[in-house]
Amino acid sequence: MELFVLLLTIFVLAVFVGFEVITKVPPTLHTPLMSGSNAISGITVVGALIAAGSGQTTLVSILGFIAVVFAMVNVVGGFMVTHRMLAMFRRKG
Amino acid sequence: MDLDPNLRNVLYLAAAVLFMFGIKGLTHPRTAVRGNMLGALGMLTAIVVTLIDKQMLGWGWIIGGLALGSGVGAYVAIKIQMTGMPQLVALYNGFGGIASALVAGAVLHGWIHGAAQDSLSIFEFIGREGQNPTQAVVATMASGLIGGITFSGSVLAFAKLQQLISGNPITNPLLKIANGLCTVGAIGVAIMLFMHPEQVGWYWALVVLSLFVGVFLVLPIGGADMPVVITLLNSYSGIAAAATGFVLNNTVLIIAGSLVGASGLILTKVMCVAMNRSLTNVLFGVMAEVGVGPSSDEIYAGKVKAASPDEVAMLFDTARKVLIVPGYGMAAAQAQHVVRDLASLLESRGVEVEYGIHPVAGRMPGHMNVLLAEADVPYDQLKEMDEVNATMEQVDVVLVIGANDTVNPSAQEDPTSPIAGMPIIDVGKARTVVVVKRSLSPGFAGIPNPLFAANNTLMMFGDGKKAVLELIAALKAG
Repeated sequence: MELFVLLLTIFVLAVFVGFEVITKVPPTLHTPLMSGSNAISGITVVGALIAAGSGQTTLVSILGFIAVVFAMVNVVGGFMVTHRMLAMFRRKG
Repeated sequence: MDLDPNLRNVLYLAAAVLFMFGIKGLTHPRTAVRGNMLGALGMLTAIVVTLIDKQMLGWGWIIGGLALGSGVGAYVAIKIQMTGMPQLVALYNGFGGIASALVAGAVLHGWIHGAAQDSLSIFEFIGREGQNPTQAVVATMASGLIGGITFSGSVLAFAKLQQLISGNPITNPLLKIANGLCTVGAIGVAIMLFMHPEQVGWYWALVVLSLFVGVFLVLPIGGADMPVVITLLNSYSGIAAAATGFVLNNTVLIIAGSLVGASGLILTKVMCVAMNRSLTNVLFGVMAEVGVGPSSDEIYAGKVKAASPDEVAMLFDTARKVLIVPGYGMAAAQAQHVVRDLASLLESRGVEVEYGIHPVAGRMPGHMNVLLAEADVPYDQLKEMDEVNATMEQVDVVLVIGANDTVNPSAQEDPTSPIAGMPIIDVGKARTVVVVKRSLSPGFAGIPNPLFAANNTLMMFGDGKKAVLELIAALKAG
């Protein structure tokens, strides 16, 4: 099987798993779900790090650097603010 | 050091599994904190694996970027007020989108550079790197296009929510033409990029045009529809990350991106159903056909009954079951803490208190729940619309505070109403309804609310916070 088809398979299956898991999240937690999934979409930091560290040209490094900054704001900010919100739900109950 | 590719991919898989468990944890408030931690652990795993896998050269760039981004992210996450969550999520969506677009651009530059060094065509070079050239170029296009739209659309949504610019829909026939031109231009440029990926200018032209398309996408969308925009852009930011995964043949990007894409789409659908609007209607700023409804004078004249805090306090004195229906107006008046105080006082007198939360009560899905949780309202008192509607007849007093369209019976009774078909919290079925409101002014939908003139409704005019404080004082005195 060609690699592309394999990756496409992974993509489609992940979408289905995503639908199954996420439909079970109660409306009470929809805002933390959004900020948390936001943090997860910062996974693009992996690509940004590869670019920033590739040492190919200065331009590639700079583009990678900017992408790392944006993605890390997303990752750190997203997980922290989600934690803040969820801690408020945990306080009592 | 270079990791064995199989080991690397297994570790990426572990990170993806942690993301799945992380979101699964969010299915209950008790497990949610741990779920979020698992997600963060997954991210840490993915970052560490990446750093030790590749022969990293520019450590200065890497450490600088990681430190700067983390610092800014942490600072904002600590400082942000809960009322500002929609803006923050909007902005972060955009950051994820632009990061994906920049990564795809950087990778394309790298391919062009590598191909030139080895005197190969870019297609030969990509093929030699073990990639499918068509997949790589198409995925690069998708990253640039979706990432660009996500970024500018999100920044504009942020500006609207932060009230840096007017939240009103901006519609103009010229805008539609400009939007059409940009879309056609983007398609043309994308085709050029597909044929000549070695000319990197096409990529950046595509990104710039996408930025314009994103602006035109969000401009015509008004304040009330913002939840749909945020959820949709949330989905886009995930799809952009997944596209970047196809650029890099990286499985963890594909899995995590598609999770986020699915999540955003589900929430978009939830929001559309809660407003009884189709996604197309929201996106193109189309409101439902407006019939000539009764004017506010016809509905309200002589039928609206105002009540003083003392009179309302007497109602609460004899109530056994109270339902509080909050809207965004409650948060805007910063009244959630005094509402919680009122609920506690009632509970201490043996009254059963619940909150009925409409799905679009805040500015984003679940926003009202977060605002009430911040005011120490236990989450098991927060009930969904369907749940409270089922037991509405048993409620003695409903307290509507800062909500309007979400409790407007026209949505159910008047097929010509602009909000016809929108599910509402059917408070009219309760024994008595008390509405705390400044005046009889309409909500987002701009229509009068027959609930205010109903036989069993009492209006308590005044600022939300002040009115509730007066009510508490009257209850304690009585």
